[in-house]
Amino acid sequence: MPQIFSRKTNRLPALSLAGSVFGGVLAVFLVWYYFSPEFYEVGYAPEQPVPYSHRVHVGKLGLDCRYCHGGVEIADKAGIPSTQTCMNCHGQILTESPRLQAVRDSWATDQSIEWVKVHHLPDYAHFSHASHVNNGVGCETCHGRIDQMDVVRVVKPLSMGWCLECHRQPELYLRPQSEITTMGYQPPADYIERNLERIRKEGIRPPTNCSACHY
Amino acid sequence: MAHATKDLSALARTDYELEPPLVQGGLTFHDITELVSQHTEKKTPKAWWAAFSVAFLGMLTLIAMLAYQVWNGVGVWGNNIPVGWGWPIVNFVFWVGIGHAGTLISAILFLFRQRWRTSINRAAEAMTIFAVICALIFPTFHVGRVWAIYWTLPIPNQMEMWPQFKSPLLWDVFAVSSYFIVSLVFWYVGLIPDLATLRDRAVLMGRRLRAKILGFFALGWCGANRHWRNYEKVYMLLAGLATPLVLSVHSVVSFDFAVSIIPGWHTTIFPPYFVAGAIFSGFAMVVTLMVIARKAYGLENVITVDHLEKMNIIMLVTGTMVGFAYITEFFIAWYSGVPYEQYAFINRATGPYAWAYWIMMSANLIFPQFFWIKKLRRNIPFMFVASIVVNIGMWFERFVITITSLHRDFLPSSWDYFVPTWVDVLTLIGSFGLFFTLFLLFLRFVPMVAMAEVKGVLPEADPHFYEMHGDGHSRPADVQVNRGRSS
Repeated sequence: MPQIFSRKTNRLPALSLAGSVFGGVLAVFLVWYYFSPEFYEVGYAPEQPVPYSHRVHVGKLGLDCRYCHGGVEIADKAGIPSTQTCMNCHGQILTESPRLQAVRDSWATDQSIEWVKVHHLPDYAHFSHASHVNNGVGCETCHGRIDQMDVVRVVKPLSMGWCLECHRQPELYLRPQSEITTMGYQPPADYIERNLERIRKEGIRPPTNCSACHY
Repeated sequence: MAHATKDLSALARTDYELEPPLVQGGLTFHDITELVSQHTEKKTPKAWWAAFSVAFLGMLTLIAMLAYQVWNGVGVWGNNIPVGWGWPIVNFVFWVGIGHAGTLISAILFLFRQRWRTSINRAAEAMTIFAVICALIFPTFHVGRVWAIYWTLPIPNQMEMWPQFKSPLLWDVFAVSSYFIVSLVFWYVGLIPDLATLRDRAVLMGRRLRAKILGFFALGWCGANRHWRNYEKVYMLLAGLATPLVLSVHSVVSFDFAVSIIPGWHTTIFPPYFVAGAIFSGFAMVVTLMVIARKAYGLENVITVDHLEKMNIIMLVTGTMVGFAYITEFFIAWYSGVPYEQYAFINRATGPYAWAYWIMMSANLIFPQFFWIKKLRRNIPFMFVASIVVNIGMWFERFVITITSLHRDFLPSSWDYFVPTWVDVLTLIGSFGLFFTLFLLFLRFVPMVAMAEVKGVLPEADPHFYEMHGDGHSRPADVQVNRGRSS
């Protein structure tokens, strides 16, 4: 009776063993990298209904973040400015610009501009802008160099691991209250000591338990 | 052959050293091979197709219900505060419980040298694996975001998402999945010699593709002495590995309840009581399936009434243990002097869910007591009904534990009456569809009785058999003395 399988088949057990070890390691790596916001969130830069440039307004004109995002110091959400906020200036400046047509339409019709949300957190993670901004976390720390972006882009992963990096060692990331909205902030050489001093004095204790954010 | 059985029964009555033969009808080695193998080789019977279409329809229902649930969220089930754990958890514990008999039969009875296990272990192990698959579906979908279920596994990731090792729900993940893997490996290792038998028969029949597929799974088994030595060693080791799992899995499942502080759940009796209940329901399911399968496939001589009687005795023992635990819970509630604990149990027996409690009590404690009567223990229609009653009772046990303990919250304003939705009901029915689909596929494609092992308990397997019976050639007429133990 001829054999059902050829001699080469004898390699199968060793190959399948090696394959499953390799496959297991590969699966962990794939999950580690591709199942993370580092991969699928960073770089997200949707087109907005109005070609608003943060580079021009913040970088060139020096507009304060809080002029438009007024809720940032008092509420969970920093807030998207109303059309009125735009019209405070653009009622007098560039009143004929075709790039601002959507803003003028909104102003005339009382219909909000539908800005596209860029920075997403999962709905099961609660985040408060106020408690971060009021305790030494700068805008730049999470949003990057907004002053250099024509179109706002996600630059940080905003994943849980990334949050925890700072929650575990806030002294590496905090900055003085006067520098919160500063873009391109250069910390002094002894910033860790200063931050530790401040953390001790103000009792800044970022929580790392589950229900700090998941409630 | 007929007179051989008669002689034997006469012998068994006079000599109490001898057990009744495990295999009846004077079957030879070849008869066993034929009897079992033919069902995987011949054309698919019409009755199988009929049963399979019903089961398959059930499975499609399950898939539809799960898709509906994933799309709409857990709200489509009846779970709501205060009963946050509704039918999904009831069904999970029910199915895991059923999955206990298989490995008990294959591992613990193997270690205790209970040779009667050989006729039923293959089907019981298959049942175990399919029941655990059904069980795993429920917690998997109950998490709500089923796409994030891999978070329950400790896979390194950039999110620093790591399982909470302090939670019994996580212990469950490990307990049930390791039970599943060990059961699957155990089942498969036991299958190898039989798959090789089927492969060789396929070669003789000239069915090349069939021989290739079976040959792939038979791992080149050729029945060599060395193969058998390795096989026996592996089987023994796996039996040793699986034995603690039989006890640990349902203990861990019971921790899901017992580690919490809910009155009615927070009791130390839960682990042994759950394990007894699991074995109870598992054996009931084996009896249900075997009563049908032995009839449908003409295996009455291999899976005999003696086998069924032994399983009924186990049901009687474990059922009484479970009933004892029910009563102990009441005693402890009274003895503890904790009013909340007392309320929880009085409410169980007399509150809005008293109907479920008394279904549970009568089906699990009272009904198995009929098995004290030998006539009923050996009565096939009766045991068939009894096994189904027991499984209904065991489903209600989990219902009572889960629902009645939760529906009276610590805050009386939250008190409510749990009502399942149509999705709950169809999901449960669908899980039976999945179970029977898998079981029917098993009956069709896999030898449903462990042929090699059954041959090992035939009288001819005794090395001294031929010295005592003639010239060393097997003749069915010689098979008159069937020795229960090999000496």
